[in-house]
Amino acid sequence: MNQGTVFYLIQLFLALILAPLLPGIINRVKARFAGRQGKPLLQTYYDLARLLRKGEVIGRTATWTFSAGPGVALAATLCALALLPLGGAPSPLGFGGDFLLAAYLLGMGRFALILAALDTGSSFEGMGASREAAFSALAEPVLFLVFLMLTSLSLDLVRHTGQSAELVAALSLSAMFGGQATEAWLAGRAELLLAPAVFFVLLLVENCRIPVDDPNTHLELTMIHEVMVLDHSGPNLAMIVYGAALKLWFFAALTAGLLTPPLPLWQQAGLCLLIILALAAAVGVVESVMARLRLTRIPHLLGGAAALASLALILTQVR
Amino acid sequence: MELFLTAILILAAAALVTALLAALASFCPPSAANCRTANCLGSCCAALGCLTGLCAVAAGPWDATLILELPWGLPAGALVLGLDPLSRIFLLPVFGLGMVCAVSGGLSLRHTSPREHNLGAHWFFYLLLLLGMVVVMSARDAVLFLLAWEIMSLAPFFLIDFNDGDSKVRDASWVYLVAAHLGAVALIAFFGLLWQSAGTTSLAALQGGQALREAGPGVLAALFILAVLGFGAKAGLAPLHVWLPEAHPAAPSHVSALLSGAMINAGLYGLMRSLNVLSALWIAPEWWGWSLLLLGLATGLMGILKALAQSNLKRLLAYSSVENMGLMFMGVGAGLIGQSSGNAWIALLGFTGALLHMLNHAGFKGLLFLCAGEVLHATGTVHMELLGGLQKRLPLLGAAFALGAAAIACLPPLSGFAGEFVLALAMLDGPSLPGVERQMGLLLALTGLALISGLAAALYAKAYGITFLGEARTGFAANAHAASWRTLWPLGLPALACVAGGLLAPLFFGLASFTALNAAPLPDGLMAGALEARAQVRGSLGMVSLLGAAGLCLALALLLARRLLLRRRGAPVARTAQSVQTWGCGFQAGTPRIQYTDASFSEPLARVFAPVMGLRVRRRQVSGLFPDRAALNVTAPDRLRSGLFTPLFEAVERLCNACKIIQHGKIHLYILYILATVVGLLVWGLHT
Repeated sequence: MNQGTVFYLIQLFLALILAPLLPGIINRVKARFAGRQGKPLLQTYYDLARLLRKGEVIGRTATWTFSAGPGVALAATLCALALLPLGGAPSPLGFGGDFLLAAYLLGMGRFALILAALDTGSSFEGMGASREAAFSALAEPVLFLVFLMLTSLSLDLVRHTGQSAELVAALSLSAMFGGQATEAWLAGRAELLLAPAVFFVLLLVENCRIPVDDPNTHLELTMIHEVMVLDHSGPNLAMIVYGAALKLWFFAALTAGLLTPPLPLWQQAGLCLLIILALAAAVGVVESVMARLRLTRIPHLLGGAAALASLALILTQVR
Repeated sequence: MELFLTAILILAAAALVTALLAALASFCPPSAANCRTANCLGSCCAALGCLTGLCAVAAGPWDATLILELPWGLPAGALVLGLDPLSRIFLLPVFGLGMVCAVSGGLSLRHTSPREHNLGAHWFFYLLLLLGMVVVMSARDAVLFLLAWEIMSLAPFFLIDFNDGDSKVRDASWVYLVAAHLGAVALIAFFGLLWQSAGTTSLAALQGGQALREAGPGVLAALFILAVLGFGAKAGLAPLHVWLPEAHPAAPSHVSALLSGAMINAGLYGLMRSLNVLSALWIAPEWWGWSLLLLGLATGLMGILKALAQSNLKRLLAYSSVENMGLMFMGVGAGLIGQSSGNAWIALLGFTGALLHMLNHAGFKGLLFLCAGEVLHATGTVHMELLGGLQKRLPLLGAAFALGAAAIACLPPLSGFAGEFVLALAMLDGPSLPGVERQMGLLLALTGLALISGLAAALYAKAYGITFLGEARTGFAANAHAASWRTLWPLGLPALACVAGGLLAPLFFGLASFTALNAAPLPDGLMAGALEARAQVRGSLGMVSLLGAAGLCLALALLLARRLLLRRRGAPVARTAQSVQTWGCGFQAGTPRIQYTDASFSEPLARVFAPVMGLRVRRRQVSGLFPDRAALNVTAPDRLRSGLFTPLFEAVERLCNACKIIQHGKIHLYILYILATVVGLLVWGLHT
């Protein structure tokens, strides 16, 4: 095992350990904005520990689809996270086209949770499942647009250096987040800054934060994700909460990977971590200063993000 | 090749015997013995013939090109059969699915009453369809190809018409027949023009496009358009797809599975074969590729959105076949673009993606249609809003459907993902094309592909979730018959294909890429690049399967960990599972009818894509102090059918009616016509 792999494993370990911190930070920021003290920063850890010690209550309608859903979803999210370059270190599992696999793995997790929700036979959860399916289907092309922009950038780099043999390697997440995007925008290609912006919008959509969804209530008829997982309890709920935290980390790391300039290894990793934590604080700020959008407006938000991403893509191609 | 011929002979002999049985059944009083014999013989011989055929296809090296020439009595054409990689890869689903559907159909028809159906005739046409497909995919002569094509197009008419007591079924089979023959007209024109401009009907001589060197670009363009029309009608390319959503729900399920998984592939096969003839290497004009890519994208988007609007499970699956065909055509279009711009990566992966997706589609679509048939058998309906909760009553069937649904929704590590991964990789290299508009074209097509696959996940979550999960909505589902493994075991093979197609993806990719290189050859200068691309993508697919397997293990480990945690708490899982009602947020009087239905599940997407989905909503709202019953009815009629084809055919009918005034039944006037014609001809003859 070489040094890079060890460094990556440390980063992955950090991600797995620190992910539940992000919801804590968001809640703290929101509480401060509202003039309250707020929950402890480590509340999600306490919740996880408590849930793991509890038993489960399963409705009599539910079948194995309901019981297996959260486990499958968490496994898919973990696999997707392991493909992502973390803290500037390329993933040892990375391969050409791995961003496709990561995107579809997240889709797999969503699919499992949607089926688990429909399995309860409750109209509330059906509602959540239907909305989650709709909005994630609409978010998928936006995610692809940003990734396409990054791949064409890294393909450009490969062509300029003339290593055509490395074509497939240039299509991996590790190549896309290898720092050239940051170097390019530092050198004045401002259109690249649209990518982290779109990633941030996707972070809000995929993780069901305000302005798309309100993670605090679940009895509102406007809810998406929280109402979909309403019937889970005990270890299964723990897996869902932890999976959600990991997904938040996944999108925050995507955004941070584009914002960190290439530095010496430890400095870059530290900066990346700081940016991820700052992003969590930013989510808290967004949630405090904005109201949730009407449901019919969410496709407009995604359409706007798609327009920004297409603009960035066109500008990259024109160069 | 002997083995292949044996397979054809077995199928032909069985067809003869079943035809005899059918004749016997229609002249004698119906007897149960005849019915049973026909069913047993037909299904077993079909399965045996297909198994032999599978062995013939798999035997010997994949790249061996075998030719078999037999005596032929007709003045035009020749009886030449051949096996090459392209034929082999398309014969795999024909034989594989033909075998599974024969066994499954035999099991589901075993209690048929001899008074209602003539099973001898049914199996005769099933065998004829199989024979037609086999000969279409292996014919090396245009006349033979057209004859077999006609047989392949006619036989399903009688198969779809199985339940001919129902007027809807009769309508559907007529729609099918008209569509099949409109396509055949384009194909006859295509082969006629080909014959005229190349001077030969032998496909082997035409291969590689040497024979068309002298043909002008106008002729080639006309040939291309005719091929897309003729083969596109069979494949269900929009707007020629209208027969699929009619025919598949009407046909018995083992027939719809075969039609959807194997027969519509004939369209793709014909197109790839004729492209090989037409594009005399790298001279295919650029617009061919782009038009196919756009047509494929439009078909895919339209298909998936119309599928989301359906509430009939089999109609939904039929529209989903249209969508998958669209994806395959996108692959072919990308391949052509790569060929014409000299990009080995795009050319190889485009064609390979189309072929790989075709193989995988046969697996999961066959599985899903057979499952839908079992649902129909167990409950008596395939309308999703009447079903629900079947997972508990039919656990094995539910698991099979869940597997198929996850595979077709392109979820790793199952087979659907592999094909779409290769297609996406092909289009990812768009930035290397010259010109921003081309680069953006390919990249935006890839974004369209992402949208299609996102919608497919929503679609199949709905198809499985509403049909199999939750509570039974009506008596249809509540009183479902149990389905034992004795009738379900034939589903094992396509289910295995769904898993193997994902976990052994590099193997199938190797097969498909080899075939693609053989069927759509690249110039020598690009060959090295193509081989390298193949090795790289195979490596990537290897990582996909590896990670998929790791993910499966991880999921299993997590589920085990959950079990252990629960066990340690001392709360037996089984007891808690039985004791509580689903939390209804305080509402105690919930009934199964308040569950989400298929229409409500797709409502958010229907709102966004209303113009394409074309929902027709009829509602009677609550009004007044003592309101009546409220009602809401959502249907999704095919707008292309009602807006394009119905007016077209009505116009044709009016024209024909207008011509009727010369056909009045008065013999003396008819004699006058003859006299006038003779005089006219004489005058013309004198004049010249």
